[in-house]
Amino acid sequence: MTSGTAAHLMPLAIAVPVLVACLMVAAGSRLPHHVLDLLGVATSLTVCALAAVVLTRSADGRVVTWNGDWRPKRGVSVGIPLVADSLSAGTALLIAGLMSCALLYSWRYYSPVRGYYHALMLLFLAGMEGFVLSGDLFDMFVFFELMGIAAYALTGLKIEDPTAVQGGLNFGIVNSLGAYFSLAGIGVLYARHGQLGLAPLGQRLTEHRADALTVVALVVIVTCFLVKAAVVPFHFWLPDAHAVAPAPVCVLFSGVMVELGLYGAFRVFWTVFGSAVPHDDIRGAFLPAGVLTAVVGALMCFAQSHLKRMLAYSTIAHVGLFTTGLATLTPEGTAGVALYAAAHAGVKSALFLLVGVILARHGHVDELKLHGCGRDARFVSWLYFAAGAALAGLPPFGTALGKSVTEEALTRAGHPWGPAVFVAVSALTGGAVLRAGFRIYLGAGPAPDAGGPVAIAAQTTGIEEHRETEQLSRTPRTMYAAVLLLLAGGLAVGVLPGAGRAFDHAAEGFTDPRGYAAAVLFGTAPAVGSPHHESTWTAQGVVLGCVSTAAAVLLAAAAVRAPRAPDARRARLRPFLRSLAAVRALHSGHVGDYAAWLLFGMTALAALVGVLPVDG
Amino acid sequence: MSSRGRLALFLLGAAGVAVLFATAFLGMPAFGSEDHPYRDLAVPAAVRHATANVVSSVNFDQRGIDTFGEETIVLGSVIGVAALLRPAQRESEQRPPPDRHRLESTTLLGYVLLPVTLVVGLDVVAHGHVSPGGGFQGGVILATGFHLLYLAGSYQALARLRPVEIFDRGEALGAGLFGVLGAAGLAATGAFLANVIPTGSFGQLFSGGTVPVLNVLVGLEVSCGAVVLLTHFFTEAITLSVGGRRERGGGT
Amino acid sequence: MNLYAYGVAGWLLLVGAFGVVRSANLVHAVVSLSVAQSGTYVLLLCVGYQRAAGAPVFGSTLRPSTRVTDPVVQAMTLTDIVVSATVTALLLATAVQVHKQQGTVDPNRLSALKG
Repeated sequence: MTSGTAAHLMPLAIAVPVLVACLMVAAGSRLPHHVLDLLGVATSLTVCALAAVVLTRSADGRVVTWNGDWRPKRGVSVGIPLVADSLSAGTALLIAGLMSCALLYSWRYYSPVRGYYHALMLLFLAGMEGFVLSGDLFDMFVFFELMGIAAYALTGLKIEDPTAVQGGLNFGIVNSLGAYFSLAGIGVLYARHGQLGLAPLGQRLTEHRADALTVVALVVIVTCFLVKAAVVPFHFWLPDAHAVAPAPVCVLFSGVMVELGLYGAFRVFWTVFGSAVPHDDIRGAFLPAGVLTAVVGALMCFAQSHLKRMLAYSTIAHVGLFTTGLATLTPEGTAGVALYAAAHAGVKSALFLLVGVILARHGHVDELKLHGCGRDARFVSWLYFAAGAALAGLPPFGTALGKSVTEEALTRAGHPWGPAVFVAVSALTGGAVLRAGFRIYLGAGPAPDAGGPVAIAAQTTGIEEHRETEQLSRTPRTMYAAVLLLLAGGLAVGVLPGAGRAFDHAAEGFTDPRGYAAAVLFGTAPAVGSPHHESTWTAQGVVLGCVSTAAAVLLAAAAVRAPRAPDARRARLRPFLRSLAAVRALHSGHVGDYAAWLLFGMTALAALVGVLPVDG
Repeated sequence: MSSRGRLALFLLGAAGVAVLFATAFLGMPAFGSEDHPYRDLAVPAAVRHATANVVSSVNFDQRGIDTFGEETIVLGSVIGVAALLRPAQRESEQRPPPDRHRLESTTLLGYVLLPVTLVVGLDVVAHGHVSPGGGFQGGVILATGFHLLYLAGSYQALARLRPVEIFDRGEALGAGLFGVLGAAGLAATGAFLANVIPTGSFGQLFSGGTVPVLNVLVGLEVSCGAVVLLTHFFTEAITLSVGGRRERGGGT
Repeated sequence: MNLYAYGVAGWLLLVGAFGVVRSANLVHAVVSLSVAQSGTYVLLLCVGYQRAAGAPVFGSTLRPSTRVTDPVVQAMTLTDIVVSATVTALLLATAVQVHKQQGTVDPNRLSALKG
């Protein structure tokens, strides 16, 4: 198979799910449930196969196809290219893989309501694939919106649940507002350079000195990506949406949609602005943003008793870590984050599905009220604890490898505080998940009716969460299969030989705008430079992974026993708890607040990047 | 956050964003200037493919995949609205209330405008590649035409003329055939949405290759999609009731 | 005059955002969002404008050699309008559901999601 054939497959990864969704709509209510399930899984597996072929071809150089056959002449074209380097093809594969698992999990147990759920999932798939493969700024906006519209509808799908629709609305309004500002940014950039393609824009910008307009365009354009990525203070919509969306939808949200936001931001930065905007300006903005996001996410995660909200905040915390790693603007940092994100997708998705199993059995997801409810579920509890430990960074899970590589990249880039932040955040998020596991599966700590902690009514608890399936007497095998597949994926990233090298290669291509432009505009495929660093297990990484896991277990144990702690010790914690409550109060569920934070965030980001150009 | 705190935060942010935009606008080429590099490529490209309406050429030929994505957005929003406004378990559909009295002049105007609007809509769709207009514009006009029935006659008349199943299928057909035509380009030339139909001569009805075909498909999808969308809102407002109790008043 | 048109675009974006922030009704918030988006239409069309140039639709009166305004931004605006209409429809449907479930569309009185 030539790379030409692989290039032909890229548009199909977008078109095939759309066509099947059309078929589902046209068939209306006549398709029986199992046919819908079968079509959904088969379509996502087809897209998996397409992405896998593109991925293998992209190892030898970027795969490019020009839609409408508008191939560039002398480096200019009116068309839109789809471009796959190893990172985008790998992400495309991850998207389709997660979608397959999500649809496998929902096999037969999600009420199909005329195929709405399945059709929306497939459109969501098409939107994400289009976004990740597109090589054009406006086209990215279009697929961003497609992804968005499917996501809003999927969030609000449980219309019987009063919180669901509100979560969907907050998500929709904040994301759309961010997208419109970004579109204005695209307009500004277009006015100056008359281009929309990433590669031609990048070429134009190498010829111009970065001025205020360039920096403003950068800040405004990445805003919508940062909203999607839930970087503080653009993150407020995420826990609302995750808390209410059906569990398989959360898999896609946390596993890959949020990460696509970061992908978009850094793809645009590298290909368009990489040569024009000083890299130190970007580091100066994104390192603090990443650390703030990680810390806020981790603290909020530990404070939750609503299991899905807990996982949602843990996603925010991890996005913060990813942002920090990408902000080193080095191939090592990028490789580490790619590894980390791929493994995180498997682990976090498995956790969401396990919470979905709990919801299906018990009808709510409140950690405190579920006390001891899972004592009989041996097998599930093992899966849950494995996923929780993996989230905390237990080797040999891929999360630990990604964490270790990113930590080292930060240290090498002159940020010795990096590993400390990574260990603390992993311990807090993993600790929260393990704490819930101790309470639910081991019945640790006092029961809520025996003087144990009770949920605070002023905050969202998981008690009102509505079931999304019929009540299950026993959990169907397809659900376990999906969870096992996801966990195995998270493990595979860490243990497969050569995984590290593949990610190094992908990161090398991602951070090479010149090679990108050459491949897209001139069809030349310069071999991606061989990485000068190999991502692999190191003694330090293993030790730090074990440390963060141990810290997570200790934190979880301490939290379970906290109500019995002596008053004196609790008094010492009081100022900390008070400030945590203040941060919690900011997450108000009020869409006006979120919009105000969005504008504030844009201003803050611009101030950090420094709009006025620095000479030199 | 308190209402005042929210306002303060917004004003702070908005002031910053205003400064950002002002900075950007000051750095842009002057309003109305001659510097449009993409235009200088797009116009000859449209002429090469014999498409007189360059906007249509950009939408359906040069940047066709944008429009494919956008058609999919329309499809997604229709499915999404249908899913969100589906009758909840404790709701049941009721017969719509009897229509209230309408002015004779309104009725007359509605019935006169109905055929005219439909013809105009079809014309705008069919000539989208040679004159201003196209599938979206025409599709919206067609959908509006149908709803003149509601203004002029009655909700029942509209409901009779509007079998939602058929419109659902029309919409899916439009969006699906768009993708099929794209795949046909892929099979024929190796490029998705390639203009594989002979382009004909400039300015004629049969020109522009795939552009008029895509225009018709988009017209089909948008008109059907808009009708289905409005149907869901109408059903929600007029015929749904909670537990047998009418939730809202009759339709106007 | 130079900056006036761009200023209108910026103003619409910000005033739309203001509407979302100050809204006491979700339907109003969704419509405010459309106002913000109309700022992008104005901006895009201004960017493509050229003085004394025709519309980019050729015919018997306008030969292909004449100068026309930028068709690309017009095509983008068209796409943008469709996106706006569909997003608005979906969000309005969501607002209808919120009202059905919680009996209010005032974001100040919706309290299901906190912390």
